[in-house]
Amino acid sequence: MVVKILAFGVAKEIFNTSQLSVDMGGKSAIGDLKQTLELQYPRLASLSSYMVAVNNEYAGNEVVLVGNEEIAIIPPVSGG
Amino acid sequence: MIDIVLTDRPLDITNCINAVMTPAAGGIDVFIGTVRDATKGRRVVRLEFEAYEPMAISEMKKIAEQSTAQWPLHKVVIHHRTGILEVGEVPVVIAVSAAHRGAAFDACRYIIDTLKQTVPIWKKEIFEDGEVWVSATP
Repeated sequence: MVVKILAFGVAKEIFNTSQLSVDMGGKSAIGDLKQTLELQYPRLASLSSYMVAVNNEYAGNEVVLVGNEEIAIIPPVSGG
Repeated sequence: MIDIVLTDRPLDITNCINAVMTPAAGGIDVFIGTVRDATKGRRVVRLEFEAYEPMAISEMKKIAEQSTAQWPLHKVVIHHRTGILEVGEVPVVIAVSAAHRGAAFDACRYIIDTLKQTVPIWKKEIFEDGEVWVSATP
């Protein structure tokens, strides 16, 4: 499955773009997406942490994607 | 009443305080974040704030709703800036009114502490000799 993701903050710099498509092969869970991204972009794994949001809500590794969601990579937040 | 704003325009502190005033309130607690001129001895030139806007707004709304569920509050205002901020400028204003000060103090602290943990907003510190996304790496 190919999913489109949005990237913010330091993630945008790691991917060198704010939007990208990721081919997850036959996999479709958030955990698989993270694994795929970390293989392609090893710097992602060196962050303090990062989360994935699906349709504007934080999503755990077990959440399964169907492909039409708005997916965002959320590096450690630092507002305020 | 809950009022959430994410904007690239300067925040109006007086407006935030006025928005939570009500005859039913016995007090108002306000947190004003300001851009500090140094981090660990390095001089900060400016900050750049970026937000995942729809989610940032919904997460701020969640925090405000959690605070009104947890404490007897009258009104809650959370205003946050995006874009480039110079030293001394105001990235965030939180104002809370309640019948009694204890709830207002506690809720205001809860809101800023939680905002810093969950709301998808990022700041980059620009120094004279480099720049860094705050909290990004261990």
